[in-house]
Amino acid sequence: MRDRHQSSVVSRKFANRALIISVVLYWGVVASAQHQAVVLKGGKLLTVSHGVVDNGALVMEAGKISALGPAASVRIPKNAKVIDAAGMTIYPGLIDSETALGLTEISAEESTNDRIELTDEIMPHMHVYDAFHAESELIPVTRLNGITNTIVAPDSTDTLPGQDSFVQLAGPSAAEMLLVRDIAMPLNFTGEQRRNESWEKRKFPQTRMGMASQLRQAFLDAQDYQQKLAEYEQKKADAARDKKPEPSAPKRDLKLEALLPYLQGKKPVVLAAQGPSDLETAVRLAQEFKLKFVLNHISHSRAVLDYVASLKVPVIVGPIYETPKEYERFDAVYSLPAELYKRGVKLAFASFDAHNSRNLPYQAGFATGFGLPPDEALKAITLNAAEIWGVADQLGSLDVGKSANVVVATGDPLDVKTDVKRVFIAGEEIPMTSRQTRLRDEYSTK
Amino acid sequence: MCRNTTVWKMLLLLTSASLARTCFAQQPATHNDVVIKNAIVMTATHGNLKNGSVYIKDGKIAAVGASVDAPSSATVIDAGGKYLTPGIIDSHSHLALDDDVNEATSPVTPQMMMQDAFDYQDKAIYRALAGGVTTSLLLHGSANMIGGQAVVIKHKYGAGRDAMLFPNAPRSIKFASGENPKRVYGSRHELPSTRMGNFAVQRDALVQAQDYIRSWDEYNAKVKRGDKDATAPKHDLKLEALADVLRGKLLVQIHCYRADEFETEIAMAREFGYHIRAFHHALEAYKVPEKLAAENIGIATFADWWGYKQEAWDAIPWNAVMAMRKGVRVAIKSDSDDFARRLNQEAAKTMRYGGATEEEALKMITLNAAWIIGVDDKVGSIDVGKDADLVLWDGYPLSSAAVPGKVFIDGDVYFDRTLPGYGMPHYTEGQ
Repeated sequence: MRDRHQSSVVSRKFANRALIISVVLYWGVVASAQHQAVVLKGGKLLTVSHGVVDNGALVMEAGKISALGPAASVRIPKNAKVIDAAGMTIYPGLIDSETALGLTEISAEESTNDRIELTDEIMPHMHVYDAFHAESELIPVTRLNGITNTIVAPDSTDTLPGQDSFVQLAGPSAAEMLLVRDIAMPLNFTGEQRRNESWEKRKFPQTRMGMASQLRQAFLDAQDYQQKLAEYEQKKADAARDKKPEPSAPKRDLKLEALLPYLQGKKPVVLAAQGPSDLETAVRLAQEFKLKFVLNHISHSRAVLDYVASLKVPVIVGPIYETPKEYERFDAVYSLPAELYKRGVKLAFASFDAHNSRNLPYQAGFATGFGLPPDEALKAITLNAAEIWGVADQLGSLDVGKSANVVVATGDPLDVKTDVKRVFIAGEEIPMTSRQTRLRDEYSTK
Repeated sequence: MCRNTTVWKMLLLLTSASLARTCFAQQPATHNDVVIKNAIVMTATHGNLKNGSVYIKDGKIAAVGASVDAPSSATVIDAGGKYLTPGIIDSHSHLALDDDVNEATSPVTPQMMMQDAFDYQDKAIYRALAGGVTTSLLLHGSANMIGGQAVVIKHKYGAGRDAMLFPNAPRSIKFASGENPKRVYGSRHELPSTRMGNFAVQRDALVQAQDYIRSWDEYNAKVKRGDKDATAPKHDLKLEALADVLRGKLLVQIHCYRADEFETEIAMAREFGYHIRAFHHALEAYKVPEKLAAENIGIATFADWWGYKQEAWDAIPWNAVMAMRKGVRVAIKSDSDDFARRLNQEAAKTMRYGGATEEEALKMITLNAAWIIGVDDKVGSIDVGKDADLVLWDGYPLSSAAVPGKVFIDGDVYFDRTLPGYGMPHYTEGQ
């Protein structure tokens, strides 16, 4: 077995600080409301981190997994609510590594969309958390299929569209659901960001040259800004030491300020490219400014997968349903996850969608038809994702001490026919209802 | 198989010499003699045969059973216990039309023939084939209340244009309602910009067709009476097509989402005396299933796609099965070059949402889809006498992970995952 452990791209220090603030808040709320331990007894536990336990038991207390193992050896707390899960499959809540959940309601109705600011291409100071709509009807629909957490990202039509949030798909309100408010920053370099709708409407950047020069300028400006801030801090310290009046602070620039954590390598840039040339251009740019990055999509980069592996960074793959280019085989995109896996690359899947995020596990399942081992496919929508986003201490597997994000279903999590019966998020059982189940029930009785 | 390759190469040469239309109005018989044995045969009409065999002769299914009588000269394919299903049929597709899907310059364009836009070299045909699709209904888009006439194709990728046209398939015409026509024309400040406008445009066109039929009937009656002064009305392609709708010569396929619009369309069909074959998309069929069943109107719907526009906001994944349980014939269709590649997964979702049986789910992408197109007497199940359009699967077909291993059309292999390169026995680059 080759070593599949690549360092988590999110610095633990940063991520955990942010996480602790919001998570403690939320889990504190949940824990106080929930005194009774809940036990899932008799099902097959897919722990993801340490194999499968047939006829297992899992105990949830105060929002966390407090025990798990073979049913015979797990101590059931007094007064616990025991749920018979015989015949069921139990697995960690699934993580979708990119969606637009909370930023859109009805795709074609612009008034319901908050997906992208198109007024400029360099918009790192846009924050998903400012728009995230916690009461979106899409969220219950999604979590009913066992997806409990997601990266929410702005749309990809700007090179720097803003900053992603890491979201839990249940909670009292947006504040608690936004587990990490600014977790990463997309940098999109797919050609889709060019402003070249028509020759008449052309504006800068009309080409990839324009996109790259604009990005380079933005990071150079941020470096200068960082320098200015450092000089100011020095002057301030000098002034304090010399008991002189404090120097005036440089004017705040929100755009440049937003780039600083990325220039400093404190958070990952999510580098989106499709074909090899865009991929290599984007990587050169990231390396020039020493950015920490993960790769996104690279759906048409089969020709350079050894190069991808040599970068030693994780890849967010998908959608696996992306149509191949004219020159590619029918299965070029389908088999990409398996090919990356063979080369030792850490993978996570993303739906890159909102309404269809619930179908995330089927993308992973489809990849198994083209050679990705099923346990790796499940990992790519649980533990790998948690590791990539720096939240593996709380999420991604069935382990004692982790948040009790747990799914109970009728079978293989990756199969379309599997029915999800129960979903626990932070130990709380969510109601298995959505706008869609309500419509179903309303018209079933007519 | 070698002999067949030669036949196809000849055919391709003839096609390029633009003689094909006249030469192959009658398609050459496919000569094959193949037994697929040791398969789990999912017939779609009469259950599964474990350890079943299918004998293919001259492009047709000649025998199905635990064992079949076939000459010893027949090529034997041992399926090794894999699943064999009918070829998948996509009852709503726009592939291989090179973006010529909508003639959106008028809301009534029944004279458009999709066959005239059919790009038989489009690789989308082959990608769907690689997902097990053997027949598709290529429809006009939904910009117009009355769109164009569809073409039915078999996914014989590499076989040439005319060999890919489904022989003697009935003619279908596309109607549309709801948001799309009103948005397309409304955004130009033209009629229609409301649902009132939509239906007024449709009604007006049908009244013109009635007048057209009347003027020809009057003329023909005069001629019959020996009236030498009778002058023939002008031949009008558009009205001729609409007249064929009223004469019942076209299967009417209507893009329609909302329950109230099903009712309006049904009322209009009654008023003008034509029948609606199927509502497409039909995401609110679950609200009025009895009304569709009573009219023998099928639906071609999505498994779980929703929320992409206002009229898709009430879509629920239980739609297909709720409608089916009330007697509606249901097909799951792609409406997309993407979904077309994995309709088996989409159909499997109906087993989860509402509990369709395996055979019911399979029918939604085979026999029921064939019925919507009007070719259910020729394809859509594994029954003797039907075209030998078959898929041999790697894995259980109604699942996330299944992939076609071999796809047969008219008894001939058109996709084979075990072959190097593209797995396209009939295709060579650059043809």
